[in-house]
Formats: sequence, structure tokens, C-alpha cells
Amino acid sequence: MEAIKAELNAQLQSKIAFEIPLFGGIPVPESAVITWAIIVLLTGLAIWLTHGLRKKPGRRQMAAEMLVGFINGFCKDTLGEAHWRTFAPYLGSVGLYLAVANISGLFGVAPPTKDLNVTAGLAVMSAVLIYGAQFRYHGLGGGLKKFGQPVAVVAPLNIMEIGIRPLSLCMRLFGNIFAGFVIMELIKLFVPAIIPIPFSLYFDVFDGMIQAVVFVFLTTLFLSESLE
Amino acid sequence: MGIAIGAGIAVLTGIGAGIGIGFATAKSSEAIARQPEAAGQISKNLILGCALAEATAIYGFLIGILLIFMS
Repeated sequence: MEAIKAELNAQLQSKIAFEIPLFGGIPVPESAVITWAIIVLLTGLAIWLTHGLRKKPGRRQMAAEMLVGFINGFCKDTLGEAHWRTFAPYLGSVGLYLAVANISGLFGVAPPTKDLNVTAGLAVMSAVLIYGAQFRYHGLGGGLKKFGQPVAVVAPLNIMEIGIRPLSLCMRLFGNIFAGFVIMELIKLFVPAIIPIPFSLYFDVFDGMIQAVVFVFLTTLFLSESLE
Repeated sequence: MGIAIGAGIAVLTGIGAGIGIGFATAKSSEAIARQPEAAGQISKNLILGCALAEATAIYGFLIGILLIFMS
């Protein structure tokens, strides 16, 4: 019991991969290094899928078009005809990153979303996107007025939501991934072979995908709320 | 010992999330059976509702983690 407590406590801290020897040493956490690997992977995939585009698409181009069409269609459905083009690239990138990050546990690395700092950063980016769009498309006065809609009484609630929305986005993603991680560690402790495989499929693949979809979906929904 | 009991009580939040998601899924299945053409819209709302209902369970889990490992 004490051993697993120490192990989980160590997992809860963000591990330092190495230090950049500049300005007295900048610590680089493990999640950042894995994120770099994901960036390289996704960039390489994008370059491989889109080089040599032709009018008559081959199989590679078909796959790329399906993926981009799926993301664009989703944004068009939720954000409406006027605004989807502006936001589709960001939402698509976050969705792809989260999908790869959440299933990276399958390949034996710790998923970056298990680090609270990563999910907090993503949630803050979502909040900046949501409230930035509100002020960008309604102007300063109109953006402030949106807090008093639909009735002026709910204004305190709407202002509280500025903090609550990113907090809940961050905690939902972190909590789900970390809970899956803890349960997998416990199962591996009791039965080290064969039994963990179906559980790993559920917690790493299914739950990770659902959480990536939920994160992007909630961001899009809040965004469409502040755009209308 | 007291800490472990406290963490156990905190994880009881899962009951609420379980009941809530169960109700939501039951109703959405009913709705899809009644109107299969609206399945896309219904499942979108279902995912949203489940995500919001699940948040309480996640908060309980976080409190449990904080109690056991941080104290």
C-alpha cells in the first residue's frame, strides 16, 4: 500500500525530462517533450497527406479530404455559415492533438494530458478563444452587454462562468485521464498479464477519444454561444 | 484511517453522476427510437449532458486524490 502510494504520488508530479542550460537552467517537463514528439508526428502526417495534391484525388488525398471535411462539417454545424472558417483550424488542431495525446498511453509513454499543467494551458486557450471572439465580433460594448443576456439578473452567473468554464474543462480532461491511469496501475499491480489488455483498450482508446471529442465539443458550444 | 474514510465519502459523488448519465442515456435511446432521423442531434446533446453530469464525479475523484496523496 505504501509503495503504490509513493508511486502514484510520484506520478502526480510533472516529471522533469531535462534542463536547458540557459539563465540558470530552465526545467523542461516530460509532458512537453512528448508534446514535441506529437507535433513532429502530426506535422509529418500532414505533409505526407497533402504533398502533390491533384484534381483527381488518389487514396492518400481522399483520406486527407475526409478528415478535413469532417472537421469543417462539424464546425459548420455548430458555429454557423458565417464564422466556421475562422475557428475550424484551431478546433481541428486541438482535437487532433488531444486524440493523439490521450491514446499515447498505448505506446508506453505517459500521456501529456495526465499533467495538470497541459490541460490547464489548453483550458486557458479555450477561454481566451471564447471571450476573445465575444469581444472581437460584438465590440467592447456589445461584448460586455452579452454578459447580461438573456436577462440582466444572470450577469453575476455569466461573469462567474469566465472562471468556472476553463476550470471545469481543465479538471474534466485531467481527471478522466488521470483516473484511467490510476485504475490501470492498480489493475497491473494485482494482475500483471492479459487482464489489463481489455481495460487498457477502454481507458486508453475509448475514454481518451471521448474526452478529446468532449473537450472540442464543449469549446465549440461555448464559442457558438458567445458568437450568436 | 480518517483520511481514507473521508476519501471514500468524497467518491460517493459517483452515485449522482451514474444516475444522471443513466437517465440521460435511457431518454436519448427512447428519443432515437421514436425519431431515428434526429439521431445526430440527439447524440450530440447526449454527449454534452453526459460530460456535464460526469464533472461532479470527477470533482469527487479529485477530492479523493487530494485527500489521500496530498495530506
